[in-house]
Amino acid sequence: MGALVGFVHRAAWVLRRVIGAPDYEQYLMHVARHHPGCVPLSRDEFARDALARRYDRPGSRCC
Amino acid sequence: MRVVSALGWLLVALAGAGALAVLALRRGENVSAAWLLVAALCTYAIGYRFYSAFLAAKIFALDDARATPSERLSDGRDFVPTNRWIVFGHHFAAIAGPGPLVGPTLAAQFGYLPGVLWIVIGVVLGGAVQDMIILCASIRRDGKSLGQMAKEEIGPVAGFTALVAVLGIMVVLIAVLALVVVNALKSSPWGTVTIGLTIPIAMLMGLYLRWLRPGRVLEATALGLLLLVVALYAGRWVAEQPALAAAFTLSGKTLAILVMVYGFAASVLPVWLLLAPRDYLSAFVKIGVVVALALGILIALPPLQMPALTRFTDGTGPIFAGALFPFAFITIACGSISGFHALIASGTTPKLLERERDARMIGYGAMLMESFVAVMALIAACALTPGVYFAINAPVAALGPTAQTAAAAIANWGFVVTPTELEQLAKQVGETSLLSRTGGAPSLAVGMAHLFSRVLGGGGAMALWYHFALMFEALFILTTLDAGTRVGRFMLQDLGRHVWPAFGRTSWMPATVLSSAMIVAMWGHFLWQGVIDPLGGVNSLWPLFGISNQLLAAVALCVGTTIIIKMGKARYAWATLLPLAWLVIVTMSAGLVKLFSSEPKLGFLARAHMLHAARAAGTLPPGVKSATDLAQMIANDYLDAAVTAFFLVSVVVILADSAREWYAVLSGAKAARSTEVPFQPRVFAAGD
Repeated sequence: MGALVGFVHRAAWVLRRVIGAPDYEQYLMHVARHHPGCVPLSRDEFARDALARRYDRPGSRCC
Repeated sequence: MRVVSALGWLLVALAGAGALAVLALRRGENVSAAWLLVAALCTYAIGYRFYSAFLAAKIFALDDARATPSERLSDGRDFVPTNRWIVFGHHFAAIAGPGPLVGPTLAAQFGYLPGVLWIVIGVVLGGAVQDMIILCASIRRDGKSLGQMAKEEIGPVAGFTALVAVLGIMVVLIAVLALVVVNALKSSPWGTVTIGLTIPIAMLMGLYLRWLRPGRVLEATALGLLLLVVALYAGRWVAEQPALAAAFTLSGKTLAILVMVYGFAASVLPVWLLLAPRDYLSAFVKIGVVVALALGILIALPPLQMPALTRFTDGTGPIFAGALFPFAFITIACGSISGFHALIASGTTPKLLERERDARMIGYGAMLMESFVAVMALIAACALTPGVYFAINAPVAALGPTAQTAAAAIANWGFVVTPTELEQLAKQVGETSLLSRTGGAPSLAVGMAHLFSRVLGGGGAMALWYHFALMFEALFILTTLDAGTRVGRFMLQDLGRHVWPAFGRTSWMPATVLSSAMIVAMWGHFLWQGVIDPLGGVNSLWPLFGISNQLLAAVALCVGTTIIIKMGKARYAWATLLPLAWLVIVTMSAGLVKLFSSEPKLGFLARAHMLHAARAAGTLPPGVKSATDLAQMIANDYLDAAVTAFFLVSVVVILADSAREWYAVLSGAKAARSTEVPFQPRVFAAGD
């Protein structure tokens, strides 16, 4: 059972990354490791911030 | 061991060569799609195993011990070291679009052989090389964009020209894709309702992600996918109610206006409401379509009904005018080399790579996959009987208004199809008519519906499969259209701020509205011209798009060559110079033909003269509805000519500026100094 849950979580993580969704857990890990003193953004704040980063500057789009 | 491996690769090479020989030489009987798949896959395998390894080792000397930007600049958001399979999926979803589906479908008018040869050879020596070189160059430069690299490596002139050219290319791309959608939905209530519903579905997902469960992207996407299926059935239900069906049977002009309103709305609305959820949905759908198409083709292995070469290689083709050279190359575009990929390969992707050597699989490998999508689209088109293929893809001006006139015209071209067959097929897929649905999407949808109903059975399900395929195609076309409008808006604001600083403030509402309206007006104009033009439309816009896309590839290859020369690797510069030379030959000759050909079907200026003459004589050419339309068509031909001329001048400017820089470095007048970020060793482990 635990293995199955683990697999589903892993698959979900892969899918999220492939479609370009922001990864909050990854971000938490990054903050914990590299900026131990800082308070990380909440999930909601992080989601908004990720959207702003992705769309609020010229990027590109493919044919 | 080495001997075994060498023998194995020899076998792969022989199998590929053998399959190509069968494709090229077999005449008179139908060739199985299996030969096409074997030829493509073997060529890809050889290209990947040997050529991409050569590029990785000899040019960039990719080194896993060297830290990538994702590690050096790690911020947990943009720069995130990521497993290579995930980056591969992400990069592929970003580069894959409707281009490789539409281009090969249109180019099938020459037969399957020119298409498959150019898709397979072009990608191995051109497209995949471009993607990989730009990706490597960007990784070594903190993930810089193509525009920045053009400016810094070549010079400000090339940089600025590239910037303006990219904006122009964006406009043409959006216009032609919008036209494809309009043509697919014209007088099709089922399609219109299903695709129209995808907009509120995306908004629902947006609201869910914003207020109900922030950041739970997968839940929202699952919900969206479920609702897409509901939309599919809702469309059928509407099409079955006569009163409702009439209300949703829209003309090309109405649809064009709706698409423009949609593009404008997507550009000014907050991204969380429409753009972001649509992006997630369509990334899923893209990968789903590709996998489904691959499975369908692998299981069905349909025979190719189209001959290897048709009589239209001489340039008299009904789908688009122009001879095999250069127009097969211009038309296929994205499936073998696409300049747009250089923008992606210098965008998000270089910020994610965990190890340098992953660039081979992601830069070169993902492009091979894209090329394979093009091969599958070609198979789907060529598996239709030529009569059906031409009935769907040729414009009204060539086919006439009814199934009878269409069958007669097609018989004239030497292919057989009866009016009853055409009417029956339309009925089978749940449409009133499939005639002259130009743009490639409906023909691909019919091809896919054929494949799926063949594999999964149930001829009665053809209509569902057709609209299913159409919905998927339209979904990712509209995703390019809405996000592209937004990107174009930013580019416009970036250019405009030099003249009027307030215009460049992306968060200032009046500037947002004004610049969005401007960009929509720009592509909307081309779209409108395509809709009212019975002779042109896809006919004249797709070549324009092909030329512009290949121009962007030429820019990318100029940047790549400059970087290779400055690295002191000039002896390997042929790797980018070879495809560059070919692209310059192809775009220049296609552009000059489109400008100066005396054939009104082919040359923009010649057609303007012909229409002028018609107006002076007081007559209307066939298919033209009014004198105002005629006047507009004349103006549009001049505009098309001007845009083509602009693209050609851009190629010359960028090429000349690059050549100046190459000469300066090679002659020793300028030191060959690489602008790479200096080597830093990799420290931390995977998944960090």
